[in-house]
Amino acid sequence: MLIKAAAAWAWEKPAKQASSECPPMNVTVKNPPSSEAVERLDAEAVNSAKIRQPLYAPRKKIFPKRASGSFRRFKWLIMAITLGIYYLTPWLRWDRGPHAPDQAVLIDLANRRFYFFFIEIWPQEFFYVAGLLVMAGIGLFLVTSTVGRAWCGYTCPQTVWVDLFLVVERAIEGDRNARIKLDAGPWTLDKVAKRVSKHAIWLAIAVATGGAWIFYFADAPSLLIDFATGNAAPIAYITVAVLTATTYTFGGLMREQVCTYMCPWPRIQAAMLDEHSLTVTYNDWRGEPRSRHAKKAAAAGDVVGDCVDCNACVAVCPMGIDIRDGQQLECITCALCIDACDSVMDKVGKERGLISYATLNDYNANMAIATAGGTTAIDPRWVRDGGKLSDRIAHFHLRKIFRPRTFIYLGIWTIVGLALLTALLSRDRLEVNVLHDRNPQFVTLSDGSIRNGYTVKLLNMIPEPRVIFVSIQGLPGAVMTANGIDQPEGRSLAIPVEPDKLRTLKFFVRQPARHVSRETQHFRFVVEDKASFETDEYKATFNAPEKRR
Amino acid sequence: MSKEHIDEVSGVSTTGHEWDGIRELNNPLPRWWVWTFYATIVWAIGYMIFYPAWPLINSATTGVLGYSSRAEVRQELEAAESARGDYVAAVRASDVSEILADDNLRQFASAAGAAAFKVNCIQCHATGAQGSPGYPNLNDDDWLWGGDIEAIHQTIAHGVRFAGDDETRISEMPAFGDILEPDQIRQAAAYVVSLTGTPSNPDLAEAGATVFAENCAACHGDDAKGLKDFGAPSLADPIWLYGSTEAEIAAQIRAPKHGVMPAWQTRLGETTVKELAVYIHSLGGGE
Repeated sequence: MLIKAAAAWAWEKPAKQASSECPPMNVTVKNPPSSEAVERLDAEAVNSAKIRQPLYAPRKKIFPKRASGSFRRFKWLIMAITLGIYYLTPWLRWDRGPHAPDQAVLIDLANRRFYFFFIEIWPQEFFYVAGLLVMAGIGLFLVTSTVGRAWCGYTCPQTVWVDLFLVVERAIEGDRNARIKLDAGPWTLDKVAKRVSKHAIWLAIAVATGGAWIFYFADAPSLLIDFATGNAAPIAYITVAVLTATTYTFGGLMREQVCTYMCPWPRIQAAMLDEHSLTVTYNDWRGEPRSRHAKKAAAAGDVVGDCVDCNACVAVCPMGIDIRDGQQLECITCALCIDACDSVMDKVGKERGLISYATLNDYNANMAIATAGGTTAIDPRWVRDGGKLSDRIAHFHLRKIFRPRTFIYLGIWTIVGLALLTALLSRDRLEVNVLHDRNPQFVTLSDGSIRNGYTVKLLNMIPEPRVIFVSIQGLPGAVMTANGIDQPEGRSLAIPVEPDKLRTLKFFVRQPARHVSRETQHFRFVVEDKASFETDEYKATFNAPEKRR
Repeated sequence: MSKEHIDEVSGVSTTGHEWDGIRELNNPLPRWWVWTFYATIVWAIGYMIFYPAWPLINSATTGVLGYSSRAEVRQELEAAESARGDYVAAVRASDVSEILADDNLRQFASAAGAAAFKVNCIQCHATGAQGSPGYPNLNDDDWLWGGDIEAIHQTIAHGVRFAGDDETRISEMPAFGDILEPDQIRQAAAYVVSLTGTPSNPDLAEAGATVFAENCAACHGDDAKGLKDFGAPSLADPIWLYGSTEAEIAAQIRAPKHGVMPAWQTRLGETTVKELAVYIHSLGGGE
């Protein structure tokens, strides 16, 4: 607030000076200069008291009109796919045998396992998820640099859920005009009924949204029964409650404000656009000067553009902006204004694409044609040859997507993806970790032999029981035993390990005195599954006391 | 409060303060902030009613819900106790060899024994149970009083040379300084060293064989491998409680030191002693 006050002061000061230095109006000044001699500036104070707005403007409600057209259809499709993925995924089954859950996608926090179809991830393999996030980040760069804020316009959950909530709103309260009327009208029984049912359905959707989320974390069918009968864990109810609240508030109440005020993404994405990126563009080089009475104006000899100023693009905009003001932060590039404008263009018999996806480069080139290189105001006659749009007009072509920047993103994305895939395909499902006892490092036995202790962790990472052979490689003469394994001392022990479990055992490795060559010897623990020929090994050291000389 | 001052440019009243001619506009706070602030006040009032809040002289107001963090800790401890209950009961009911035979019970007892060891035993036997001069290493396979689970349990329960326990392990090596000539002691020491190493003088060692057979073999055995019934250590292995040099051995013959270990059964109770025995047995030397 202090900063604002300081800024206000900066404006204030010249005003004060002016008022103190200028003589009052009623004082007569000797030899006044002729008022004709002073040049009059055509200026208006930006922050003059007359037009100043309050700093805290209340939100103006937006009533988006239903659009129809190819982009709207595409958005319906994306909505169906994304919502379908979200709601249905937890119910997909995937048979993993009797020792693992059969839910295709499951984040089993209690047992610290993540299942994704044929992939099972243990906590230490979580870097795969980090890798996927890196891919998602670079994929976003790729998408944004080519087709602009496509994430915002089509796939962002906020966009999808707001779209869904708007469907409900339209179904109950009617389209734009009916809603405006209802909103402005008195609180009749009809209005109450409509509002109550709208919010009730919104809440139901919100509950379903939060409800679907928890199914990713437990067996969906049994959790649904538990949830419905009140037997689920408190955290399940809390999660659903929180997500219900956020979905209802963000999707139903706040809508475009989330994108404009809360979300950092628009800023980040907008920073990634360049002159080759597609954005939803009002092509004023053919639209201006706009006119509501094009025929009359044309008959009168005025130059008119294609824009008939019907405001269809404004009415459908879920963000409440006018795309004809140019590219702006609020625009999520949902392209509904393109649909709206295209249908109007069809009606008035003009080419589609007055509002279109265009790159800044193409736009500038076309603008140069329309303004004769910037020397005149827009004259749409320049872009037309005998009524048709001129061939010189630049259009978007797919090949314009392919440029060094896109290839760099695509390259990095592919490299990360291939690295992850290689890591995934070559990863071990049988692992051994060894912790050498440090206290004591070694024990001298009564026959003079030296014994070292090792805590050995055997990781059986498949959902089947296995017998894992643990052997010593190197360390001449050494034999070993393991606590709880009733097998004779030897260089190899067969250890049964439960499915998808880690087994921790204490191993004692003993080397007869005559074989003890140095204070520190290196050897390997080799583990092997003789059925699948999987092996893993661990380099260990064997310590012995200093030799007396 | 000073007279209200209205900023000329914005028409907003100021806070009335002035710093070098700069005034602070008294714009309203954002509405969401104000409502959040009110909500915290409501929350605080509710909290004071339902939870302990106001400090009194000896305690604090208890709150309608009767919550107390101490009670919560007590509950958690009780829950942990009852979760362990089955195992503890099983340990209490079984004897040590039965515990050893049951895989789950053995692991539970061993973990519990490790914890008890860290509290009660490391002072003499060291954190890794490797002992120190005068206090035996529990990791190796050289046992004074026997290394099977029953013997270990007996030793822990009743101690060694512990005055307060009737069943304590007891033995005492005579001070041979009063019985043998100093030369004989040197000979015996040289002989004992020769069993596992190189004596300083082979002739001394040879003569020491006779001294040993006449004076020492009764307890330490003809082969010097010790007799566990007497707690007589094996002298034919490289493990020494009071040092392995000839001088140290001679000193031990002349005036033996005798370690004492308390009886733990009365202090720790039956269950913990069983757990300790299982833990010690698992260290690698158990028979």
